[in-house]
Amino acid sequence: MTDGTALATSARVGAAMAPEEARPGAGRQAMNAALQPTLAELSRPGRGGGKVPHPPADALARIPASALRSAPLALPELNEPEVVRHFVNLSHLNYSVDSGFYPLGSCTMKFNPKLNEWAARLPGFATLHPLAPDELAQGTLELMHELQEALAEISGMAAVTLQPAAGAQGELTGILMIRAYHAARGDVARTEVIVPDSSHGTNPATASMAGFRTVTVPSAADGGVDLAALKDALGPHTAAVMLTNPSTLGLFERRIVELLDAVHEAGALAYMDGANMNAVLGRFRPGAAGFDVMHFNLHKTFSTPHGGGGPGAGPVACNERLAPFLPAPLVVKAAPGSYRLERPEERASAIGRVRAYQGNVGVLVRAFAYIRAHGASGLREISDDAVLAANYLRQRVGQGYELPYAGPCKHEFVASGRALRQATGVRTLDVAKRLIDHGFHPPTIYFPLIVDECLLIEPTETESVETLDLFAEALLAILTEAHDHPERVKSAPTSAPVRRLDEASAARKPELRWRPMTGAGTPCPT
Amino acid sequence: MAYGPHTHDDRGRMMAALGIESVDALFEDIPIDVRASRLDLDPPMAELDLAVRLQGLAARNRTDLASFLGAGVYHHYVPPVVDQMLLRGEFYTAYTPYQPEISQGTLQTIFEYQSLLAELTGLEVVSASHYDGATATAEAALMAVRATRRDRVLVSRAIHRHYLDVTGTYLSGGGLVLDEMPTLPDGTTDLAALEAALADAERPVAGVLLGQPNAFGLLEPMAQASQLAHAAGALFIAVVEPVSLAVLATPAEYGADIAAGEGQPLGIAAQYGGPYLGILATTTELMRQIPGRLVGETRDLDGRRAFVMTLRAREQDIRRDKAASNICTNQALCALAATVYLAAIGPHGLRDVASLGAARARELELALAEAGAPRLHSAPYLNEFAIRVPQAQAVHERLLQRGVLAGLALARWYPDDPELRDALLVCATEVTTSAEIRRFAAALGEELA
Repeated sequence: MTDGTALATSARVGAAMAPEEARPGAGRQAMNAALQPTLAELSRPGRGGGKVPHPPADALARIPASALRSAPLALPELNEPEVVRHFVNLSHLNYSVDSGFYPLGSCTMKFNPKLNEWAARLPGFATLHPLAPDELAQGTLELMHELQEALAEISGMAAVTLQPAAGAQGELTGILMIRAYHAARGDVARTEVIVPDSSHGTNPATASMAGFRTVTVPSAADGGVDLAALKDALGPHTAAVMLTNPSTLGLFERRIVELLDAVHEAGALAYMDGANMNAVLGRFRPGAAGFDVMHFNLHKTFSTPHGGGGPGAGPVACNERLAPFLPAPLVVKAAPGSYRLERPEERASAIGRVRAYQGNVGVLVRAFAYIRAHGASGLREISDDAVLAANYLRQRVGQGYELPYAGPCKHEFVASGRALRQATGVRTLDVAKRLIDHGFHPPTIYFPLIVDECLLIEPTETESVETLDLFAEALLAILTEAHDHPERVKSAPTSAPVRRLDEASAARKPELRWRPMTGAGTPCPT
Repeated sequence: MAYGPHTHDDRGRMMAALGIESVDALFEDIPIDVRASRLDLDPPMAELDLAVRLQGLAARNRTDLASFLGAGVYHHYVPPVVDQMLLRGEFYTAYTPYQPEISQGTLQTIFEYQSLLAELTGLEVVSASHYDGATATAEAALMAVRATRRDRVLVSRAIHRHYLDVTGTYLSGGGLVLDEMPTLPDGTTDLAALEAALADAERPVAGVLLGQPNAFGLLEPMAQASQLAHAAGALFIAVVEPVSLAVLATPAEYGADIAAGEGQPLGIAAQYGGPYLGILATTTELMRQIPGRLVGETRDLDGRRAFVMTLRAREQDIRRDKAASNICTNQALCALAATVYLAAIGPHGLRDVASLGAARARELELALAEAGAPRLHSAPYLNEFAIRVPQAQAVHERLLQRGVLAGLALARWYPDDPELRDALLVCATEVTTSAEIRRFAAALGEELA
């Protein structure tokens, strides 16, 4: 625990700024939109229609009655203007990158370029069937091939699959490849995967899905992996070590060389969770450093939008040793200037598919556009600016909050509300909710699990220094408020469309759908 | 940098605050041995140049053929309202709704998606989305394994080959067994063989997996298969196509415990493979076994109705190695597309889409039979079926030159099956025109003559 500024000092800094001066709501417009009825509540039988022609009356005559529905389908019936208003009004209830600062650590909520949305919708890309013969798919195949090559170059790896649909699926792909690698060598005693205690939850969950036992090793006081503990855990049963670098604490793993040596000496392989690759583009290449396999989160590093939870894409890059095990099909060069998918059985040692078809190709188009817009110099500048912004904000936030680890940080940093909680009873959850009243999306909270009252803050490279200042001022103002009016912080938010929710009863008696509409169906209008 | 805000002065101000003269100082924690040299990538492109390049690539794809290719991904009419709602930045640039107070838009649309899919499938619990139909199917198989504590899953040979492959991959980690059940000459699953496999007391079965329609477009005897599975203590898993559920019996009606499927036909473009929408639905009994996010209704402190992610104890960020799945990022925006699509098209519209596809497919069947390519199987179909074509793969290639994408040569999926080697799987939907059907039939007739 270094670099922590005493709370007394911070409170004084905050005290210089009354809440009004901190300009609540400065982050963006106030979120005061009205709640909306559901589609079912809006439905009036007889509304809507006209989208497709009516079929002939005997269209289903040849289908046996036993295969048909016994009751007509009931769905909401709305006309298009109502549909539009419903979704537009619902959209107003969302906070988004397009409307304000979204410093959600580990999630990289940077600006999503509009060109990329346009590109993915070009009819040539959008309407191409996934089983179209290669000769019809040359444009997309060329794009995918170029993206494979770019990701290989950026990661310092030998080969790339674009198939995994998300980071977690990339992890599963990589760990199953490692499993296949050991199995191919007859090395079947390796039943364990080691993860640090700061890891993403997906890492141990992936290890379990791939049939491994998870062994957790602690972090050292400086936030890095405890090398001695790792060496103790390594052995003939270790299949792989999964590391996030930079770590979930926003720190580069300073002992990376010794760490990777230890992993390989034990006969295990090193997996890198590339969720934080956006911090080190052009500064660190995992493959060149000795990692065997990694995934990218295209929706983080290469700015494809998060879509309210997805889709993302989780391409996997690996070295020569693991390349034979990549799931098929990869995109390969055919005749000069043309491309094709690998044929079945072309690489006999490939693990099975992890997804149908070729992956989240629409996401790949956006990531390709992002990489080509930036080039080598631009990608490095992205990381430089992200890291500079994070360190600047870290210093400003550190004027009031504990910083459990020494800097410099990379693209994100952790702060702790532990002292604040001890002094006032105000928890990090309350601070996060009060940020909403200041017009900001809260940072990630209570992750990583190893930091008490944790705030994980990631500003990204697309936020201006003015925004960073406003955000820091809001966090510091909340500190003052927590001392002077703790109830105000604990009851936040008050300016959002809803106040805090009863999550306990939602889980106790789950209501996961509206009341069935079945029976409401009316005869088809003719 | 294309999208960054920082001026030279801004950077200077931040560096001054940090007491550094170069940003390099912030990267000194990277050991010198592993610091990267300059990346070898093409130089940055101006937006105009990049737009031209992207247009050129898109134009290299050929999407102008008369297409009869389905095999799990179907071209449908998508009302423009769907994409216009999807293009709202409030939806597509938001994250997972971890802060429900400022995410009610996303949360309510997921609740509505769950409700709409519950209406379509008849099952009460629908996950907020999985990656695609194949991974939803694999997760369904794993659910059956967890729920029954058995380690063997039976799958019909008439299941989409990629779904079989992905399910095999997902089961391989835990050393679980996936056994394929044969089909009858009429193209449906051999229930006698299924019954025999279920009767093996040494190898109890966790789940039985059939497609409706199956991979050949045919309608399976789902109710009988479901009864056989349940009699042996196994769960019954239906792999469904959502548009067909406007007219076909629901998974709930034939007793399925889990339904999985590809949501792409609900307003999502083909995009050479994704992003799509993995549908996963189950019964209330199995609610705590379902992987992936769930949204539930609740109240806020003032008693207002609101929505929140719930039953989170199944998920990886809480349960880590004991989670039901490692899934985190899902396909939320694709679920929104399906929600807008279903709201816009309505119950009668969806029934019309399904029925019109069936009518066009019948027209296609008659035209192709006339041209000399009769159906391969005798079981009823909805809007997709296999036809018998000698040298199918070669004919398929020649038809491309005539501007016809003649479905899928089943040799790609069943290379060792002598009957399927000479077959094409073709489909029609409401967007298929009579002119396209005539063109296909005429071209095929000439090839076969």
